[in-house]
Amino acid sequence: MPRDTLLVFRHTIGPVLRSPATILISMVQTILYLVLFGPLLEDLVRVPGAANSWQVFAPGILVQLALFTGAFAGFALLPDLRAGVVERMRVTPVSRTALLLGRVLRDVVVTMAQAVLLLLAATALGMRAPLVGVVLGLLLAAVLAGALSAASYTMALALPNEYQFAPVVQSVTLPLMLLSGVLLPIAFGPDWLRAVSKVNPLTYAVDAERALFVGDYGATDVLTGVTVVLVVFGLTVLWGTRSYRRQNA
Amino acid sequence: MIHVRGLARRFHTRRSTVDAVTGVDLDVAAGEVVGFLGPNGAGKTTTLRMLTTLLEPSAGSAEVAGHDLLREPALVRRRIGYVAQGGGCSPHGRVREELVLQARLHRLDRDRARRRVDELMDRFALTDLADRPTASLSGGQRRRVDLAVGLVHDPAVLFLDEPTVALDPRSRAHVWDHVRSLNAEHGTTIFLTTHYLDEADALCDRVLVIDHGRIVAAGSPSELKRQVSGDVVEVGSARPSAVAEIAGRLPGARDVTTTATGVRFHVPRGDTALPELLPALVLAGVSITSVQVHRPTLDDVFLAMTGRPLHDDTQEAPVAA
Repeated sequence: MPRDTLLVFRHTIGPVLRSPATILISMVQTILYLVLFGPLLEDLVRVPGAANSWQVFAPGILVQLALFTGAFAGFALLPDLRAGVVERMRVTPVSRTALLLGRVLRDVVVTMAQAVLLLLAATALGMRAPLVGVVLGLLLAAVLAGALSAASYTMALALPNEYQFAPVVQSVTLPLMLLSGVLLPIAFGPDWLRAVSKVNPLTYAVDAERALFVGDYGATDVLTGVTVVLVVFGLTVLWGTRSYRRQNA
Repeated sequence: MIHVRGLARRFHTRRSTVDAVTGVDLDVAAGEVVGFLGPNGAGKTTTLRMLTTLLEPSAGSAEVAGHDLLREPALVRRRIGYVAQGGGCSPHGRVREELVLQARLHRLDRDRARRRVDELMDRFALTDLADRPTASLSGGQRRRVDLAVGLVHDPAVLFLDEPTVALDPRSRAHVWDHVRSLNAEHGTTIFLTTHYLDEADALCDRVLVIDHGRIVAAGSPSELKRQVSGDVVEVGSARPSAVAEIAGRLPGARDVTTTATGVRFHVPRGDTALPELLPALVLAGVSITSVQVHRPTLDDVFLAMTGRPLHDDTQEAPVAA
């Protein structure tokens, strides 16, 4: 299976390697948030333990990046489904899990590359954070992107048209983002908003990222966030593999 | 090589159920070229997708390339090649890349994959196109890539879904040549679907006519044609009634009609009837001006079996997705 996963990964990463600019283009939205929204928080947000607002905002925006890159990954599957590439691969002995994981691995790698660029930009804008925390945060974001991309591919298999897939993805990602405190800590909000945010797995990812970025590695937020992300990853991969398999005899 | 019993598939849509295939039995021997002939929506592609492990049958059983379709789909996949109607080239892939990937997915190691791909590119005249994006190829070129992709692992059975649909006549002839030589030189069993009668006629040892999800006729193209109406013989002569009398004595002759300039009649086989007819006419001193034998086409077969012409678009069953 690892061999099959690598084969599928190399196949799907091909277009990215041929035109690496696509890595930048697909993260323009996140960069805009960072550059045009981030500075607004400089005098607004004071969080205990954080040197400046960037230490709070950058980890949030990192989760937003993982969310967008992951959740929109399914769009890359649609032309392949139409062209018969997926069926062609399904009539080979290749592992069904690898058909999914190879693509997920591509999105994890792309997210990592984007995240490095994002964090460099944040550093240029004034973010200061411990290196270990940043690296751990990056890994967590990569797994999160993998979980979301597995879910996105599974949705794309069920809704193999842009006009069906796009509205579903849009209407899922926006509430997930707003209810996770990506832009501003959800602690600022009223009780009901905080209560709703508790059912959103992204909330725990954001809390864990923020703790990592201030170097608080032993915080319960970190443990909870990592556990939630890993569980969600396991579940979405399981769900995705099942639906790749279900379409077969 | 393929044994199918009672294979059926029912699709459920929100409002209705569609029986795309309703109990197909068929057997294909090793080395045969068998064609599935029928109009759009007859159940050809659905059957093919079941036999290639892409779609779960609602009922029935099948053995493909020596393995049970339902219990050992992974083993079936190792031994079959499948070329879908639209091909399966990645929109952003390049020719060699696509072929190597497919060979590697079929568990060939790097060296064997490279050798096999070089061999196939040579056979399908793709060597000059090796680094071209598949999206930039012509229809005929892309079809050759599709065929090569289906053959990377030298399958025992090759499934072709409408192999020449939307191809120009020259590319079509090339595909036919490749299919024939694949069968003749490599002994590959070939199962194809088509809604072109001339294609079934040109390629297939045996034709299965499918309509509304079931097989309505089976046999070699010439058997099927004979089964329908026999051949039509037309004889030109200044003495039609004398010709008609002699022709009427031929074994199996029927529907003898005379016109001012000749005679027209049906016999089971025109090619064997003529050597009897001509000496008889000479012996009787009847001179003739022309002789023609019309063999029925598979169009006539389809019409006789189903009561409607093959390309009658008004009666199409819904195409199952």
